[in-house]
Amino acid sequence: MIGDILTYLTFFPVLGVVLLLLVPKERHDSIKSLSLIIAFVTMLISFLVYALFDPLASGMQFEVNVPWVNSVGISYHLGIDGISLLLIVLTTILTVLAILSSWNSIKTGVKGFYISILLLTTGMIGVFVSLDLFLFYVFWEVMLIPMYFLIGVWGGPRRVYAAIKFVLFTMFGSLLMLVAVLYLVFKYHSMAGVYSFDIQALVSMPLSFSEQAYLFAAFALAFAIKVPLWPLHTWLPDAHVEAPTAGSVILAGVLLKMGTYGFIRICLPMFPEATVAFLPYICVLSVIAIVYGALVAMVQKDVKSLVAFSSVSHMGFVMLGLFTLNLQGLEGSVMQMINHGISTGALFLLVGMIYDRRHTRLISEFGGIAKVMPAFATYFMIVTLSSIGLPFTNGFVGEFLILLGAFQLNTWYGVFAVTGVIFSACYMLWMYQRVMYGKVTNPENEKLTDMSARERIIMIPLVFLIFWIGVYPKPLFDRIEPAVKNVLEQVSRAKSVQLDPVTYELTRVKDEKGTVTDATVTFAPEQEEATHE
Amino acid sequence: MAEYIYLVPLFPLIGFLINGLLLGRLPRAAVNFIACASVGLSFIVAVMLFFDLRALPEGQRVLEQVLFTWIPSGALQVNIGFLLDPLSAVMILVVTGVGFLIHIYSTGYMSHDPGFGRYFTYLNLFTFSMLVLVLADSFPFMFVGWEGVGLCSYLLIGFWFEKKSASDAGKKAFIVNRIGDAGFLLGMFIIFWQVGSLQFTEVMAAAPAVFAAGGALVTTVCILLFVGATGKSAQIPLYVWLPDAMEGPTPVSALIHAATMVTAGVYMLARSSVLYTMAPDALAVVAIIGAATALFAATIGTAQNDIKRVLAYSTVSQLGYMFLACGVAAFTAGIFHLMTHAFFKALLFLAAGSVIHGMSDIQDMRQMGGLKKYMPITFITMLLATLAIAGIPGFSGFFSKDEILWKSFSSSHGHILLWIIGFITAGLTAFYMFRLIYMTFYGKERMSDEVKHHLHESPRSMTLPLVVLAVLSVIGGWVGIPHVFGVTNHFEHWLAPVIAGPHQEAASHALAAAGSSAATEFLLMGLTVVLVLFSIFGAYMLYKKRPELSTSLAQKFSGLQALLVNKYYVDEIYGALVVRPIVTGSVFLWKIVDVLFIDGLINGFAAIYADISQVARRVQTGRIRSYATVFVLGVVAMVGYFLYW
Repeated sequence: MIGDILTYLTFFPVLGVVLLLLVPKERHDSIKSLSLIIAFVTMLISFLVYALFDPLASGMQFEVNVPWVNSVGISYHLGIDGISLLLIVLTTILTVLAILSSWNSIKTGVKGFYISILLLTTGMIGVFVSLDLFLFYVFWEVMLIPMYFLIGVWGGPRRVYAAIKFVLFTMFGSLLMLVAVLYLVFKYHSMAGVYSFDIQALVSMPLSFSEQAYLFAAFALAFAIKVPLWPLHTWLPDAHVEAPTAGSVILAGVLLKMGTYGFIRICLPMFPEATVAFLPYICVLSVIAIVYGALVAMVQKDVKSLVAFSSVSHMGFVMLGLFTLNLQGLEGSVMQMINHGISTGALFLLVGMIYDRRHTRLISEFGGIAKVMPAFATYFMIVTLSSIGLPFTNGFVGEFLILLGAFQLNTWYGVFAVTGVIFSACYMLWMYQRVMYGKVTNPENEKLTDMSARERIIMIPLVFLIFWIGVYPKPLFDRIEPAVKNVLEQVSRAKSVQLDPVTYELTRVKDEKGTVTDATVTFAPEQEEATHE
Repeated sequence: MAEYIYLVPLFPLIGFLINGLLLGRLPRAAVNFIACASVGLSFIVAVMLFFDLRALPEGQRVLEQVLFTWIPSGALQVNIGFLLDPLSAVMILVVTGVGFLIHIYSTGYMSHDPGFGRYFTYLNLFTFSMLVLVLADSFPFMFVGWEGVGLCSYLLIGFWFEKKSASDAGKKAFIVNRIGDAGFLLGMFIIFWQVGSLQFTEVMAAAPAVFAAGGALVTTVCILLFVGATGKSAQIPLYVWLPDAMEGPTPVSALIHAATMVTAGVYMLARSSVLYTMAPDALAVVAIIGAATALFAATIGTAQNDIKRVLAYSTVSQLGYMFLACGVAAFTAGIFHLMTHAFFKALLFLAAGSVIHGMSDIQDMRQMGGLKKYMPITFITMLLATLAIAGIPGFSGFFSKDEILWKSFSSSHGHILLWIIGFITAGLTAFYMFRLIYMTFYGKERMSDEVKHHLHESPRSMTLPLVVLAVLSVIGGWVGIPHVFGVTNHFEHWLAPVIAGPHQEAASHALAAAGSSAATEFLLMGLTVVLVLFSIFGAYMLYKKRPELSTSLAQKFSGLQALLVNKYYVDEIYGALVVRPIVTGSVFLWKIVDVLFIDGLINGFAAIYADISQVARRVQTGRIRSYATVFVLGVVAMVGYFLYW
């Protein structure tokens, strides 16, 4: 029973979909309550997984490995480590909140809406539990379709453009990923004599540098679009602005992490040499994303697109942390994934609340809201502070470690990335000032009602998480650390780096002259063994 | 004893939580009581801790308490841990002591404001953060307090948030501070990178072995940390937020923007004195910036007409003195001035608040005058504080300022030019402070009749803190009377174990003081006192005896006057050189790079694709005849290929 808990967790929402199909489509209350119950139980199962998870053990836990399509080596292989564990818990919590937030704002196509959300949940959890590339790919694509509908059906005025843009960007990436997956599987066959989609088996397969480079590029493109890494980010503001609140929450909260999760689960362990070789480029793009996202966020007129660009900036931090390839940077990066999910999820929820009241998100339409909606202003302030990474809120811990790690890797990455800390204060506080402070000038804002009980129930768990992770993040670190160390060990198989067994720091191997060689130079002689079947 | 250090920040935290969570549900008296009692309890614990610490033998005056691990990440282990040593003991006494008085004062000052609950919630949160800042045992935990006080400052400056100028000022304070904080962070990163720890005790113990004295690394660390200090403590070039911060309620200006928060930078430098003494170049930067700020702000202070703005620039200037002290490696003198300044500047602000309260919220000194007889307690206490800041012998400010001036001359890191700047600033200080006194309390009553009708001395809750602070402003300096007067400098002695630095040098000074340098010290002291008296006389002539003289002088030097009134146009320069280019650049990135270029490229691809499809689709005409033609042509081509190729 407990051994199969990941299966129950993943497919429980599908059970909900089946039940929802049986409910007549005009029974809105039953549909909403049922999906809330399903999402809530899914969340409880994920809490159970968290409770049963052994933080001391390294390696995968709750593993299930059943052969599925033997002839091509596809197996039903599930398992989680600390990184996937935390992302799963984040997913289930945000799903419950997303459903609660849609309670009164989705009035058409109710049944389809909640079915989409539950399917999406299965897709997201599926990606995090998959240890088989076939499963991974299937769940990856499963997420795409409900999200397409969420934006395209329940979205704003330009929803069709945004939905198609979202799908085309993502599809483009995932097709290349599919090619890379197939290459890996055939390569494995040529070496081991059997086919396998198993991530752990494929990780241990030796690959030449040029193979690694091509495969890395293919996967990285798919993941980078999802993150989204500059300059592949332009689908995001459109998708966010048009998506309904629940869509934005899940998109920003979880879907973006699919990209960074892919990097940490697939790119880093499978292609360590390529990782080291591509590292400078990805770091530079990440730093650009941090600064660029923040600057563009500052001049947005719509609150949602402001938050969308802030996501570009924050996810730049996550990417930078991943590619620092040191313990602090990686741990910070995983923390930042969770924290960005919480803060940005909370921001979109809050923006949704004001949108429900005013049906606009233009900053210029507001002003003086703190006077009319003091509780709303307080929650908004707390989330704003978390987003700008104030110490003792969740945002600080991740950002601090990433910057620390980046600085150790390369001073300049640290120096440029740290400006993101300044700009985030600029755009968030400026927006907060224009929305909340001043006198109420727009008569439509005079009679706004403060937060309802339902809205407070949505925000309280997030505020709790903001402070809990900000003040006592140790339980999370305990669970992340073994997983991150595993990743670092796998990366350290690259010839160009050495792992310090005590501090878990990767250092470049030095050549005879004692100077640090550029990784790309080290790899040059290896290219002759490149084989293209 | 160490077991109850955590109580010091805990009480204000509890006060914050109660007042914050029950906001709007508690009666005014309960809110006042909780807010004041929490800080009062903290103060009692701080006093007990001080005596505990003093009971220990000199070399062992370090108490540490670790509550739990905050950030455990590999080699980086940051604790929620406190460090109580002579330095932090002085700081918590100042913070809780002055803080308590200002809380009491606030109950009177805010008695008519409907936002009192929010006000006291923020004020308690501030006290908590400030105590964390000074008690933290590591750089990152100190940073918690550091940003925490910045947040409270933001919230309290923008307390009356319906006023655009107030919310602007709050935002400006936060963002300018963030610029400094970025420097602080980078400094921390280098320390961790080199030392592998961010714990104060470990860093300071390891620093001499890890860093090369005078090397580029330690100099960079010190300068980066100093960048953080220039933000928080309002030094050139990041001082611009402090004058605007006067938008906040006046007790806030007293507590945060005079007595405690703005001195955090000085505290940080003293805390890192081991590093700074290893980096003479960084010290020189600190000294030059400090001296320049002291002079620069003092000149602006002579031309401001808003009573709080005069005090704000005065604060910037006095903070400059403290950095000047740190910059010549006289950290003790810096902390000493920090303490005396906390007394007299808090008093000046509170007295100014009392004036504003009595004047129905008017802050312009041109509409005041002759208040002496209406507000006697405010007048006398403010006069005492003015004598202290001006450096009249015997008052607290005299000893601390004189110590700084002497060190800037005599220290091995000192320079005669630094002394000259400090000397001129001392004269300007006396001038602008007495200008304030004469414009406010003497001369013609320039206010409207309605204001005059409401004029009254402030209630007991406000005057009592004034009296206590007045006593401290007078005697507070007596703990640190310089050696030259033939007594032990208790203050320096108390801090000696914590402050790195030229202990031997201090000893040699003590020896030398017996000889010729004692004569020099008395000579310089005498010169300063003469200048101060002369400046006071100048202020008396211009603003009391013959006020028309000041107007004609202002007309004669109207260019200079405009320059000073407009604060050298620094805000405008920053706006043109920094703020506007960034905003314009961002719009460019959005409209041109994002929308036009990247999206244009992508939509362009889509359009090309669509165009090609438009052409390709014509192949499918739907006419059987054309299909048949193509079919036949195809067959012919294939047959031809197989037959003749």
